[in-house]
Amino acid sequence: MSEETTTEEQRPLGVYTRPKGGNGWRDWVTTVDHKKIGILYGAAALFFFIIGGIEALLIRLQLATPNGTVLGADMYNQVFTMHGVTMIFLAAMPLAAAFANYLIPLQIGARDVAFPRLNAMSFWVFLAGGIFINLSWLLGGAPDGGWFGYAPNSGVVFSPSVGMDFYAIGLQITGIASLVSAINLTVTILNMRAPGMTLFKMPVLTWMLFVVQLLLVFAMPVIAVALFLLMFSRQFGANFFNTEMGADPLLWQHLFWIFGHPEVYILILPSFGIISEVIPTFSRKPIFGYDFMVFSGIAIGFMGWGVWAHHMFASGIGPLSVAAFSLSTMFIAVPTGVKILNWIATMWGGRIKFSAPMLFSVGVISMFTIGGLSGVTHALSPADTQQTDTYYIVAHFHYVIFGGIIFGLFAGLYFWWPKVFGHMLDEKMGKINFWVMLVGFNMTFGPMHVLGLQGMSRRIDTYSPGFGFEAWNMVATIGSFIIALSVLIFLINVVVSVKRAKGQPPCPPDPWDARSLEWMTPNPTPEHNFDEIPTVESLDEFWHRKWGTNEEGQIVRVATAEEVCQDGTATGVHLPSPSYWPLVFAIGLPLIGLGLIFNLWLTLPGGILVVASLYAWIFEPVDDPDGPHGEHHSNEEEVSQEASDV
Amino acid sequence: MSTSETTTEDHEDHEDHEHPSDQKYMQIALLLAVITAAEVATYFVHIGAALIPTLMVMMVVKFFIVAAWFMHLRFDSKMFTRFFVAGIVLAISVYFIFLTVFEFWTKG
Amino acid sequence: MSEETTTGLSHNKLAMWVFLGSECLLFGALISTYLLYRNKFYDGPAPGDIFDIPFTSVSSFVLLMSSLTMVLALSALQKGDIRNNRLWLLTTALLGAVFIGGQVYEFTTFIREGLGYTTSPFSSAFFTLTGFHGVHVSLGIVMLMSLLISSYRGKLTKKNTETVEIIGLYWHFVDVVWIIIFTVIYLVPNPTS
Repeated sequence: MSEETTTEEQRPLGVYTRPKGGNGWRDWVTTVDHKKIGILYGAAALFFFIIGGIEALLIRLQLATPNGTVLGADMYNQVFTMHGVTMIFLAAMPLAAAFANYLIPLQIGARDVAFPRLNAMSFWVFLAGGIFINLSWLLGGAPDGGWFGYAPNSGVVFSPSVGMDFYAIGLQITGIASLVSAINLTVTILNMRAPGMTLFKMPVLTWMLFVVQLLLVFAMPVIAVALFLLMFSRQFGANFFNTEMGADPLLWQHLFWIFGHPEVYILILPSFGIISEVIPTFSRKPIFGYDFMVFSGIAIGFMGWGVWAHHMFASGIGPLSVAAFSLSTMFIAVPTGVKILNWIATMWGGRIKFSAPMLFSVGVISMFTIGGLSGVTHALSPADTQQTDTYYIVAHFHYVIFGGIIFGLFAGLYFWWPKVFGHMLDEKMGKINFWVMLVGFNMTFGPMHVLGLQGMSRRIDTYSPGFGFEAWNMVATIGSFIIALSVLIFLINVVVSVKRAKGQPPCPPDPWDARSLEWMTPNPTPEHNFDEIPTVESLDEFWHRKWGTNEEGQIVRVATAEEVCQDGTATGVHLPSPSYWPLVFAIGLPLIGLGLIFNLWLTLPGGILVVASLYAWIFEPVDDPDGPHGEHHSNEEEVSQEASDV
Repeated sequence: MSTSETTTEDHEDHEDHEHPSDQKYMQIALLLAVITAAEVATYFVHIGAALIPTLMVMMVVKFFIVAAWFMHLRFDSKMFTRFFVAGIVLAISVYFIFLTVFEFWTKG
Repeated sequence: MSEETTTGLSHNKLAMWVFLGSECLLFGALISTYLLYRNKFYDGPAPGDIFDIPFTSVSSFVLLMSSLTMVLALSALQKGDIRNNRLWLLTTALLGAVFIGGQVYEFTTFIREGLGYTTSPFSSAFFTLTGFHGVHVSLGIVMLMSLLISSYRGKLTKKNTETVEIIGLYWHFVDVVWIIIFTVIYLVPNPTS
């Protein structure tokens, strides 16, 4: 991957010339621009979110009445497994990746990420993995062992269909995408900050995403091993989970949850970061306790490694282990509590505007707090013995996942939509979107607390009449369709807003009077990001260029947004060239996967694509020697790097 | 070029005085070989209860030597060491707990 | 080559170290799984029955010395000594190949002696751990040979020392993992059946 000097002899292998920039489908397919990649992630994630949502509706239809007949038991197992896998790996994580990809370079004042082609590769590999897992529906049955894939249930004896093979291999594929992206963004954040931007002047969102990347770097290998062990057991007869020979099924559970617990922080921290940008903007106050927000995020990252076996309290690990993990789990509530207090303190005394992003953000605070409180009850292991494997747990994690993660991501969508697309989403529809979603969400998952404590089991395809589960299940099902309605409202909002914006000039660069650097570019962000890389002097740099304080200590306007924002007209900025190879590499992986499952011969073309594309990629110069090669733009390229306080 | 407080890599053009010479590298390799010989010797010469601690110490020393000198961590930016140490410490901590829950140390 | 990065560090080198940090978790999981199953040998051979410590000591020594030759390869290129750079790169690759040869011999011997991949949890864990390590070494050899080919095409010069350095880091890491495996699996006294 070294940047070799470009000479005549270093034409890419074969006759393929580099793709040129543009805006057609070829441009999207070969782009290495972090913004386009972010949009691709977002679009794919929303698509999978809808699929996962349909799976949820099927679950709710099945469970609306006792002895439901909508889905048979086997089909139910597939649907509820895929609902979990899709929502976590194909919707939530990629949607966060969309924000990370689009915003990190902009928030730190960079032109792109450290490894643009690797960035593209991560997206295509994720997409390939997502499509691969879903191919299982058509090729013999979807995974049916739960998103958590507990062995030996997930082995060939109890899960004989190819479903769990698709699970094991598919998640390895998406895992590669996540790990590579994490390394990429870690190097980006450390190495590509604008002059003056020390780590403690980075926006809270970038900090939270930084912690997420570090968590991914260390957690992904663990699930990779777990999935390899499962794959080798299923494909090659390895005995990792063969209890007859003395193997221990808990091996799977530990490895899975050592990944799985950091994973939930990987899922939530982006949303925490998003609302940490939205709330100060719409309270017209800086985030309360910036240092504490950063440190609590780091603390969550650390402590998240010490609690995993709280997912295993009833698995027979023994009272000493249970007590230890119970204790550590209670402690982890503290840094999140700090954040909740800080968000509220930010709003306190501020001039609050309840825009759509702000509504979703307040939704996060309230809904996540509810989910967090039920979580604290699980931490007490005697209580958890009652709660585990009931709908009380389902209620908890949906409050934190949906109420926390999804509401936060929607806040981000509404907030940054103008930056990405150059027009606003309809504000009124956005508010309706929020309220309908809030009502539907609480109707769906609120009752599950009651159902769980009344004894309704989770992970079952139906329940018998006469236990008193009927009423709340019906309420939950109705609620789920209200959620579906709210998502529909969002989609309509998107379509309507795009239509309305056609033929109109783009909206002004800073519609929200925001605080961080990404708002300093015109909307939509120009391909080269900043005309001139800004020099940073403080946290909320953009805000401080617009607003100062007078002698009385009052905040006064010193410049309008139009004056501060760049106009995007710089030319000749050197950008990394597009490339085919990330896509070609990505196509090889599912072929290898299909080969491993069905016919080993198929691994050959897959392997060839992977290896050949890697070599072509390595020997392709970072920048096309024939490509647009403007002179380095005047000032900012020559700006010397200040010493960083790292 | 950034002037961070940690030691950064010099230009390859300059003679780096902190950079070990080939001869130094061979001495280090000799040391590693000697330690390895000692390790293998424990297979033939019984040292009783001191065996496992001794093996662990030798393993850690070899690891450290390769990391510090061959991987150049001793002379490079602390940032690299931090990432490597973070991985090592995290792995040791997490897997130590893992093995403890399985009662590996007592029932191993 | 000065890096105009915020930390002053090269992107590529930083990325490799981050990656090596993540690899610690990978090999840690495989080693821990092995430790968990080292005495679950069912009705097959136990580790104590089947390991050949003297043989493995030799191949361990070979791999260890390949780290020396790797470092010499880098040092040569840093001085602009292309010829010795090629010599030491080739030697490193060859030593690695000898190690892999040793592994293959060891594995085939074990299989002949009744320890197959599916014989027991111990066997599965053993072959998976050492197999993963072996694959890492093999990929390293492929990278070294690619460097060698690059060199013969005139593309590996004093300007490219960082590439050699980064591949060297990977190689040393793989060696360091074996230092752990050798002690923990082979030298620590093993159960017999």
